[in-house]
Amino acid sequence: MASTAEDTALSAARKRELLRQMYTIRAFEERAEQLYALGKVHGTMHLSIGEEASAVGSIAALRPDDLILSTHRGHGHCIAKGADLNRMMAEFLGKETGYCRGRGGSMHIADVAGGNLGANGVVGGGLPISVGVGLALRMQKRDQIVLCFFGDGAANNGAFHESLNMAAIWKLPVVFVCENNQYAMSLSVRRAFAIERISDRAAAYGMPGVTVDGNDLLAVYQAVSSAVQRARANQGPTLIENVTYRWRGHSKSDANRYRTREEIEAWKRKCPIKRFRARLIEEGVLTEEEADRLEQEARQAIDAAVAFAEASPEPSLDTLEEGVYA
Amino acid sequence: MRELTYAEAIREALRQEMERDERVFLIGEDIGVYGGAFGVTMGLLEQFGPERVIDTPISELGIAGAMTGAALAGMRPVGEIMFMDFITLASEQLVNQAAKIRFMFGGRATVPFVLRTPEGSGTGAAAQHSQSLENWFVHIPGLKVVAPSTPYDAKGLLIASIRDNNPVIFIEHKLLYKTKGPVPEESYTVPLSVSEVKREGRDLTIVATSIMVRRALEAAQELSQEGIEVEVVDPRTLKPLDKETIIRSVIKTGRVLIVHEACKTGGYGGELAAIIAESEAFDYLDAPIMRLAGRDIPIPYNRTLEYHAVPQVENIVEAARQLARGRV
Repeated sequence: MASTAEDTALSAARKRELLRQMYTIRAFEERAEQLYALGKVHGTMHLSIGEEASAVGSIAALRPDDLILSTHRGHGHCIAKGADLNRMMAEFLGKETGYCRGRGGSMHIADVAGGNLGANGVVGGGLPISVGVGLALRMQKRDQIVLCFFGDGAANNGAFHESLNMAAIWKLPVVFVCENNQYAMSLSVRRAFAIERISDRAAAYGMPGVTVDGNDLLAVYQAVSSAVQRARANQGPTLIENVTYRWRGHSKSDANRYRTREEIEAWKRKCPIKRFRARLIEEGVLTEEEADRLEQEARQAIDAAVAFAEASPEPSLDTLEEGVYA
Repeated sequence: MRELTYAEAIREALRQEMERDERVFLIGEDIGVYGGAFGVTMGLLEQFGPERVIDTPISELGIAGAMTGAALAGMRPVGEIMFMDFITLASEQLVNQAAKIRFMFGGRATVPFVLRTPEGSGTGAAAQHSQSLENWFVHIPGLKVVAPSTPYDAKGLLIASIRDNNPVIFIEHKLLYKTKGPVPEESYTVPLSVSEVKREGRDLTIVATSIMVRRALEAAQELSQEGIEVEVVDPRTLKPLDKETIIRSVIKTGRVLIVHEACKTGGYGGELAAIIAESEAFDYLDAPIMRLAGRDIPIPYNRTLEYHAVPQVENIVEAARQLARGRV
């Protein structure tokens, strides 16, 4: 695993902001669960609780005008990319004021104007798209890059192979970030891979591959920063594997039959938020009280988003067929 | 007017659109030096270079995804899937991604691309290189499906498809590539979703698609000598369909034969028949709606078996004669 050496490039203010983002993601998702329990959510959801450092650390390495492709477990990516929480929560509740006017829901939240080209309901669905985005950026001679998130499950479908190969042969400005959260629904990586590290597959495509402690925000940030630098310098794609863990079930229908309570508890002790918070306090970037306040503010922002979403109108029935064709 | 083959007309459309709009680029297998499996893109690499005529590995899903992503990021890709049979490998990106992105994102994104692909039997290529799978894509909201039958339509419809802001599946027919017809030199569009009456007649309507338009016109010629005047309607765009032209024709003739190459069960003809039956044309029908389509079998290799697997001119003549007999 890559070292967790201090990265001095991040200012104290930026570190506080990243901690705030992680608290915001956690607050959003815990609130999402509550809303579900109250029967206010029509569909299912895929929570990334426990994986916040992967989303925030990866996106922190991007410029605001860079692009991302997200996954079905994409709330964290969306928030880290700077989404408006009101519009995001409104989409989650299927409201007209949501990012997708209530047509997409949790699995399809996209903020195209903000550089989030969409969550995706198909495992591996974003991978081939990222190749096209990279191709377009190169043809348009723009110096933006695209970061494509996917999970350990996607690394075993054909889209992964075709996409990494195409991005590599054309040296496209793509960063592939595999969020290895140990399970593809119920299938553990130990049963799904005959190799230890998913990043080893990078060698087969002629690109660098690196495995990172995905619960260490700074380690993620550092690894992705190098990959972004490479991509922006036209040196081609990189495969990064963020090793992390999904605390909650795959979706709301998951009874956790495939893993033990002990395993889940062991990973909870490696909470990426507590870890980053402790580090910032130790560094003197902020005090306990300031950290508590950040968490409090994150919860308040989510409360406000819920209030906005609940007060928002449902889509009107006479718009049902809008947006199929341009 | 100058004559071009169907393949040349498509090539000219690609060339003129690439000259006009630098966002247009080509992507597919063996489309560069090789010129495409059917020679359609021959010479375009020399003119536009490898940055805009992109040879890919054998990665159909990757091609469809690259088109989707590039379109999402502001380009207007034109892809080629070498045989329509291989579109099965690209379906995830076409059906789940490209077709739905605009709607799923609340109308806040566009995916303008054209995926060209040849369908059809008659080349001895057997079951995995001869299918006509248009109806799979007709079924998917968000996709447009275009199937030109003449060189003139091929050029004009392709230019219109490239300028359209939606993902378009553009279906060519292998046996049409070498057919000739008048094609203006200048750039022009044939608007999408406008059916055309290819031949006027009073006794019955044949609605035919792709190569079956050509066969229907031949059949109409023959039937004319027997005093049966056939009207031939070509939908040209299968989705979204211009129903009015078809319904108007059926109201006029009172009899309709639908002809396509794809397997009959679940084929486009079922949809056409239902549209006619649901319309005001129903009251004008003097005979049941009749369909002539590919048999419900994979395309066989043997020349004779292959020939009889899909409608030929003589089958159309016979079916039309039978249908018209009540009146003539």
